[in-house]
This record gives sequence, structure tokens and C-alpha cells, in this order.
Amino acid sequence: MEKFSGKIWVLGDDIDTDIIIPTEYLALKTVKDMTPYAFSPLRPELAARIKEGDIIVAGKNFGCGSSREQAPEIIKALGIKCVIAKSFARIFFRNAINNGLLLIENETLRDAVCEGDKITVTINEAIEHKGIQYPITSLPENLVEIIKAGGLVKAMQKLNNSKG
Amino acid sequence: MGSTIIEKIVGNNVGKNVKPGDIVTVNVDRVMIHDIFIPFVASKFEEMGFQKLWDADKAVLIYDHLVPASQIDDTRHFKVGNAFVEKYGMKNIHRSDGICHQLMTEAGYVKPGNIVFGTDSHTTTYGCVGAFSSGIGYTEMASILGTGTLWIRVPETIKVNISGKLPGNVMAKDIILKLIGDLGADGATYKALEFTGDTVENMSVASRMSMSNMAIEAGAKCALFTPDEKTAEYCGIELTDKEKDLVGDADAEYCQVINYKAEDFVPVMACPSNVDNVKPVSELEGTEIDQVFIGSCTNGRLEDLMAAAEILKGKKVASFVKLIVTPASRKIYREAVENGTMAVLAEAGAIITHPSCGLCCGRTGGILTDGERVVATNNRNFLGRMGTSKVEIYLASPKSAAACAVSGKIVMP
Repeated sequence: MEKFSGKIWVLGDDIDTDIIIPTEYLALKTVKDMTPYAFSPLRPELAARIKEGDIIVAGKNFGCGSSREQAPEIIKALGIKCVIAKSFARIFFRNAINNGLLLIENETLRDAVCEGDKITVTINEAIEHKGIQYPITSLPENLVEIIKAGGLVKAMQKLNNSKG
Repeated sequence: MGSTIIEKIVGNNVGKNVKPGDIVTVNVDRVMIHDIFIPFVASKFEEMGFQKLWDADKAVLIYDHLVPASQIDDTRHFKVGNAFVEKYGMKNIHRSDGICHQLMTEAGYVKPGNIVFGTDSHTTTYGCVGAFSSGIGYTEMASILGTGTLWIRVPETIKVNISGKLPGNVMAKDIILKLIGDLGADGATYKALEFTGDTVENMSVASRMSMSNMAIEAGAKCALFTPDEKTAEYCGIELTDKEKDLVGDADAEYCQVINYKAEDFVPVMACPSNVDNVKPVSELEGTEIDQVFIGSCTNGRLEDLMAAAEILKGKKVASFVKLIVTPASRKIYREAVENGTMAVLAEAGAIITHPSCGLCCGRTGGILTDGERVVATNNRNFLGRMGTSKVEIYLASPKSAAACAVSGKIVMP
């Protein structure tokens, strides 16, 4: 089972998509152009400090708000390995899976960690923090298939290629 | 065992009985794409390798967030959209007719029992006519454009029953804000809302629209009203037996039932900076304001403008307050001109803008700066939504907003 470790950034409840990327930057040409503004209404310094392989740990209802798919794309483009939250908003959840951004739901980890701590994630099994294991559930089969294909675009490419 | 409305709609679509938790692939009746996301939809669609749309007549493209352009680069979205329409033979395009969610029902694209997806979270709006509609991202939209299908998880349903007569200063907006405050911003996540009771039966389709529009602010997947005579008239159709049957059965299973007495509602506002931070207006009275916004897909309809005009008639907007009024569609704009509503608003000192998303998405038409406070009839008060992150946004009904515009501070309507 895939296993990885990373430094965490800790956020609160109801981190909405306008915080993840404000509407005024959505007409920039590429997701890369938008990344410096990630989380800017809440923590303007954050985007520049996030490093490849870092992990976000947040409260409930992460990604609530609009349908903007740039939200998970930007988080992925910043190098975030996965987002662990108490719960996720529905559209954000689908968008993240479709773009191959790993999301993990966990009710208790958020209140036990401090920003800068290191955690280890074993996919579909558990998160380890300071010697304590936090069990995690596995994703439904149809979602695993999308992730296995490498996201929805690749899954559709496969479909179209098979039609020949 | 009976079924909820969403179970009936999905069951009819897939041709078998479904229950909450089932994962099914539905055939999509209509899709809506707006200007902000069309460049991304177009590039994902081609990257996926599709050569043609599954059904060009079922796709609708609406320019609203960027109309008219306020930044040089906005026009790129129109160019990409126009090229996509041309290349794939789409006929349903609106370049300046109003806000997408208003147009989808107003122009007859959505009917009771339909399954509709849009690249906007407020796509929940079409539940006002008994359609299952929900927001999705642009990658999923591209895959629907190619396949005509989408997988969904059948949601549990929260039933909201409202009976009695609303006080005169309370609007549908106050009801939905109160419900969001009670449920919390994630209280209905992954779930369907179903509204019943004589209060909602007596409501106009426009009022129901204000409520279904904001269901997403409690995390809901959709928000459904049973189609009735008013729905039929609004949609310009006669209801079939199947459409009349879109009512929650007495023995259907609900994960939660909430009962309200209409007489208990009071005017409320969602305070900065979360939609579930809801307080009675009476507790906020005296708070000074800089601007008022009446418009959006939540509250930019004729009855909203008329409710505001009734309060503003013969009065003037406070001298230091800017009142911005944005009708939700060109049709509404014209009707409000024809029945004299616009004249009343203009006489009172309103700044009346073209129909579009306008200030609601914070790109144009009166954005605010640090330390300013706005009372607004739209659906989100998130940090930075209508200007800088130090703007305070209070969400309110058109009646409350109009009363505040006259006083220059928060007051009861």
C-alpha cells in the first residue's frame, strides 16, 4: 500500500472556494498563473511557503462554495500531496477525484495536530501522527477506477481510444 | 415503502427503483455552461478525444459573469465560447440576456423531472420547478458533453415542512437563510432538500427559486419543490401524471424532518463572513452601511425589484449610500420598466445596471474596499467575495435591503 510522509499546514472549518482562489483571478490563463493567489483572502503568505509534498489538514466542509475546479487544481499545482479534512463539500470532492488530488476524511486528526508537524499516510489504511494511528476508510470502487485511470480526462481518453 | 422526490426523479431516469446510497449512471436532460468556465470545458473536451457533442440541442452556453467585459482578458472567454458553439453546432447560446440560473427556467430549458447539471454551484436553482439539478466542475461537464451521462450517488433527503402565513416583512430569502443557519454550512452536504407545506404551496415560482438557489449554502446536492399549477404556468406546459407524481410519499424515508411555522419567521441577515452566521435583523439594527446591492440569481427577479420599489417609493437612498440594482435577466429588466418599477427605483437614487452576475461575483459593478460594509441580496458573503477581504457582507432579503438603503444603516423592513 502506498505510503508517504509530509509537513502539514493546518486550516479551520468551512474553507470555501473563494478563499482557495478568489473569483477575480479565475480569468487568468492558466492554473499556474493563479497559484500565487491561493488562500490569499485568509492567509496571503501561504501559497509561497507551501513546498512539494506538504499536506493540508483542515476542519469540516473543506471546499464549500462554488464549482470552480481550479480549487483542487491549484492545491495540486502547489505540490500538496493530499488534503485531510473532517469533511469535504460535495462539488469539491468530485472535482478533486477527477483531477487526481487525494482527499482523506478524518474526524479527529485536525484537533490533535499543530502546523508544521510531520504525519505519515498509508493510503486506505491509516494516518500516523506522533506515534498515534488514525484509521481511514477506503474510497468507493467507481472512484478508485477514475483515480487508477489517472483522472477523468484519461478515463475518457481510454473510452474514446477503445471506440477506435 | 414510498419514495422521496429525488428517488422518483432518478428512478424514472434509470428505469428502476433506487434508494439512498445507490451509485447509478443517469442520462442527462440538459447542461448549462457559463462564460467563466467555457475555455476549460472546451479544452478538456478536446483533450478527452471527443469529436462531437452527444446532443448539441441539450447544451446551453450563457455569458453572465463577464458581461459586459470589465477586464481586457475577459473577451477571450467569449471568443473561445463562440468558436466552440460554431464548431460543434450548438444553438442555445445567450450572450447578454441575463444570469444563467434565471435563463435556464425562464427560457424553458428545464422542465419538471429533468436531470440537469451546470458548471456553477447555484445550479440547485432548478429544483424550483421540480428538476434535479446540481453543480459540477468543468472536467465532468466535458465528459457529459461527450457521453450524455454522469454517475451520481442517490442522496438521502431532508424534508422541510413550512405551514402558515408569513409575516408581511418576511420573504422567501429570510426562510432559506434561517434554514441554512439552523442546518449549518455543511448540514445538508451530499443530501437533497425537499420543501413541502402550504406556505411553499402558496409561494410564487420566483420565491421558490430564491430558496432552491441557496440550498448549496447548506451543502445540499439539490433542493426540490413539487411541480404544481404555478409551475405549469411558469414553464408553459401541462403537467403529465408522471410530473404530478413528483411528491414525497407519506411513507418515504427521510433522514431528517424539519417543521417551521410561517408565523415564527422574522427578517434575518447572514453576517460576515459565512452564510450560516444568521441573526435576526432586530439584533443588528443601527450598524452603519456604505452600499446596498439588490440583484443576483437569488433575488434579482421582478417580485424582488417590486418589493424593493414598494419600500423606496417616494423616498431617497441615504446620501452616503450607493444602491446598486441588477435585474436577473433582460426580460425582467423590460417588465420592470413596463410596470413602472424601474422609474421608482431610479427616482429613489438607485444605480441600475445591465442584467448579469454583476457585483455578486465581485468582478464589476460596485466592488468594495477595506472597512466598507454592504447589505446584499445575493447568496454568498465569503471573504473577498465583493471586493477586498476586509469588506463586510450582510446577506438579506430585498425588503430588508431596500429599507437599509434609505436609512444608511441596518434597520427592520
